[in-house]
Amino acid sequence: MLVLSAGVRFGIIYAAVFALSILALAVFLWWSTAGLLDRQTEAAINADTQGLLERYADSGLLALEDTIEQRLSGNVDDDAVYMLIDPAMHRLAGNLERLPAGVLAEQGYYELKLERAGRHSIAQVQQLELPGGFHLLVGRDVEVHAQMTRMLTDALLWAAGVALLLGTLGALAVRGLFRITLADVSATAAAIGAGDLTRRVRVSGRGDEFDRLAVTINDMLSRIARLMDGVRQVSNSIAHDLRTPIARARARLEDASSHAAGEADLRAAIERAEADLDGVVAIFNALLRIAEIEAGARRSAFADIDLAPLLLDLADLYGAVAEERGQTLAADIPPAVPAFGDREMIQQAVANLLDNALKFSPEGGTIRLAVQTVPGQGPRITVADGGPGIPEADRTRATERFFRGETARSTPGSGLGLAMVQAVATLHGGSLWLEDNAPGLRAVLALNTRPGAPRVNASSSAPQHGAARGMA
Amino acid sequence: MRILVVEDDKDVAGFVVKGLREAGHVTEHADNGRDGLFMAASENFDAIVLDRMLPGGIDGLRLLETLRAQANNTPVLFLSAMAQVDDRVRGLKAGGDDYLTKPFAFAELLARVEAMARRGKSEGPQTKLVTGDLEMDLLSRGVRRAGQKIDLQPREFRLLEYLMRHAGQVVTRTMLLEGVWDYHFDPQTNVIDVHVSRLRQKVDKPFPSALIHTVRNAGYMLRAEPQ
Repeated sequence: MLVLSAGVRFGIIYAAVFALSILALAVFLWWSTAGLLDRQTEAAINADTQGLLERYADSGLLALEDTIEQRLSGNVDDDAVYMLIDPAMHRLAGNLERLPAGVLAEQGYYELKLERAGRHSIAQVQQLELPGGFHLLVGRDVEVHAQMTRMLTDALLWAAGVALLLGTLGALAVRGLFRITLADVSATAAAIGAGDLTRRVRVSGRGDEFDRLAVTINDMLSRIARLMDGVRQVSNSIAHDLRTPIARARARLEDASSHAAGEADLRAAIERAEADLDGVVAIFNALLRIAEIEAGARRSAFADIDLAPLLLDLADLYGAVAEERGQTLAADIPPAVPAFGDREMIQQAVANLLDNALKFSPEGGTIRLAVQTVPGQGPRITVADGGPGIPEADRTRATERFFRGETARSTPGSGLGLAMVQAVATLHGGSLWLEDNAPGLRAVLALNTRPGAPRVNASSSAPQHGAARGMA
Repeated sequence: MRILVVEDDKDVAGFVVKGLREAGHVTEHADNGRDGLFMAASENFDAIVLDRMLPGGIDGLRLLETLRAQANNTPVLFLSAMAQVDDRVRGLKAGGDDYLTKPFAFAELLARVEAMARRGKSEGPQTKLVTGDLEMDLLSRGVRRAGQKIDLQPREFRLLEYLMRHAGQVVTRTMLLEGVWDYHFDPQTNVIDVHVSRLRQKVDKPFPSALIHTVRNAGYMLRAEPQ
């Protein structure tokens, strides 16, 4: 079977629709002009015949002859045809010199070729037999009609030709437009397929369907590019960042196997290597978790939740740690914080922010955990510390995997904490802002509400862990 | 205890079986799903350590589902490299009692298997927990040691309750995070150590002997010193 491109198919459909409309127009034109004239002629002949027959029935043959002569003389257009003949084929009245051959064999309506006043013409006639072997022929010269019909036919044929041409041109134009519009999309897709992820479909700015398609495709391409970038960056980072602890573990084991003084030494070296490998595993787990979150597979676990008890729990968990380090964790959490999301993920994201804040705050410093609920928007969870903060230049990169700022290099950590928070924020349709707390860092995790969801009634969900509040 | 290990990786299986035997457990091993199912269904075990991906046409999930369909309620711990949250959920839904992802520390596996097997045997709801001279009344939520009342925060109470329910067993930091805080991730900071240390201040420090012991490379254990 012949496979037609979509452009050709649309072209053919266009041409077919065009041809059909032209045909319908022609049929209508024909019916309303030539057809109308024919019908009018027929009606005139019928009326004429009827009149003559009545005259004949009333007053006889001679009256009929008179009437015919009268009508002939009153016929200004000279288009009437009459003929009355007796059984011996003599003309009694009428304007034909002689009866065309074979006329009497036919009865009723027909078309007759005549020669009148030295020229050929066509007449529409009706022929009937009167009692006593007389024949009456009544007709109209339709030569003018015939000419008009020929002209109309010619015109319609020409029009059909032009329409065919225009239809073909139109079809070609449709196909061409189609190809041009899609050429950019297909060229972009081909370039992307060949590895050039920077290409985008051109947006004409007309805001039509093709523009919307282009925007959708571009959005999709941007997301793919981001993911690809992430993958590339992560594989580079894995190669680079995991090599260090693996190298350390390897060096320890090799050193121990060749230099260990005794069993105790050997055990100690092996245990340190184990710890190094646990660190590697932790990094892998964090990477996999981020990948899992970014893939969006966990959206099925989204539910309406109250973040207040969750945040109070975290404040309780980390408040003790802060106290141990001589720091203060001040929690300012409203009695109810309705949100829509994955409980476990939000828990981990806030835990990561608190982990960071505690790690970078100086002794005696205060870490603030607060929540703002803006009506119509999701909750904003803020974790602020008084540590060194992140220089403005580094802030956008701070959420990349394995990124570690200058100030963070000396502290333990994998550089994955903020990347995970960012992933959680993105999955929840929200965002993560890193701001200057002057001094320190203020991280704001903004979540989104469920589109169109009824807000959780604030008064109905009382805090369940009120006793754990204010760990300061 | 009698423990069945269904694991196809020779090294992991050898390591687990050896460790469990050293810990004093009678241990059987199957290296494919079919044998594993046969042994689990025909013999009596106190616990089963089950890999998810197994050769022999029956994987860990199928094995467990078949076992549970036969009304066999032997506690099962999944040991799997499939570490995604959904994998864990699926494993627990299929009837697993616990889920440990590879790679793992043996101390963690041992602690979990022993806790799980013990839990399977617990008889009815308790109203009172006792370890040595430490008493916990679960109804009035009061704690006393040597007759002296100890005031605990709600979270400290739950932490001590968990330790007492697992008295004499090693409890890892991850088990405490999951069991007491219901967290399924590892915080970077030593949050558990801090909370245990706070609990010690109240439960151990005012008294001559310690009940909460640190088990090196593993976690904690609540245990009354033999008199």
